[in-house]
Amino acid sequence: MRIDLLFWRECPSYPEARALLHDVLEARGVDAEVVEREVLTQEEAQELAFPGSPTIRVEGRDVDPDGAGARPALTCRIYHLPDGRVSPVPSREQLEEALA
Amino acid sequence: MSIALGAGAPQFDLPGVDGQSHSLDSYADADVLVLVQSCNHCPYVQAWDGRLSEIARDYAGRGVRVVAVSSNDAEAYPEDSFEEMQKRAEQHGFAFDYLYDEPQAVARALEAERTPEVFVYDRDRRLRYHGAIDDDRDETAVSQRYLRDALDALLAGQDPPVAETPAVGCTVKWR
Repeated sequence: MRIDLLFWRECPSYPEARALLHDVLEARGVDAEVVEREVLTQEEAQELAFPGSPTIRVEGRDVDPDGAGARPALTCRIYHLPDGRVSPVPSREQLEEALA
Repeated sequence: MSIALGAGAPQFDLPGVDGQSHSLDSYADADVLVLVQSCNHCPYVQAWDGRLSEIARDYAGRGVRVVAVSSNDAEAYPEDSFEEMQKRAEQHGFAFDYLYDEPQAVARALEAERTPEVFVYDRDRRLRYHGAIDDDRDETAVSQRYLRDALDALLAGQDPPVAETPAVGCTVKWR
């Protein structure tokens, strides 16, 4: 399984997202190749259809399909937790669902 | 290098989402003035917005005014345009003033780096607290309420127990 973790360094959520992803992979015993890529320019953001940092794709599919179509930008990405609260990282549930 | 404690509040005269102009003098009656570098599009700001409104409401009767300022480049980040600021303020019923710093002069004067980033000024408009609203964007995990503690201390004529903390959030979007 290939997982792409795209990030923009100016957004501080990347380390948290990375740690959460690896925690979920370990907890579920998933053997995956995690490919990290830093997005550096707006042009790259557009080429990669990068809607913000962090963006995680499992076998090319965004873990938050609802937010995947947002305008490509060098920005922190908005996720919504199951209880409706806003978060700068996906929820554990979103990651688990994407890996199922 | 961030702004030093004791620094004076910056002068400003900015449009608010309420359609009025707001200057530093507009808040002359406030015993404590809280300026918050903010914006629309940042998830950290959105995670803290509700708590900021609660603080504005809780302290409104005690001589505290809370003013959020967005200085982000709205051309590169259209979600931060003045029109979008007005929409968001209405949708979420902000209990604080929300001003648009299109020239980015306030952000520069504050040496702001993040959104949200808090600057608390005393009666003499000297900076007494600078940093985060509290210690966790997840409100269920908060253990240190820096801004509330600073306000309580200043209103009691004391020094804030913690005067500086790192602001956690998005970067200010400079032109």
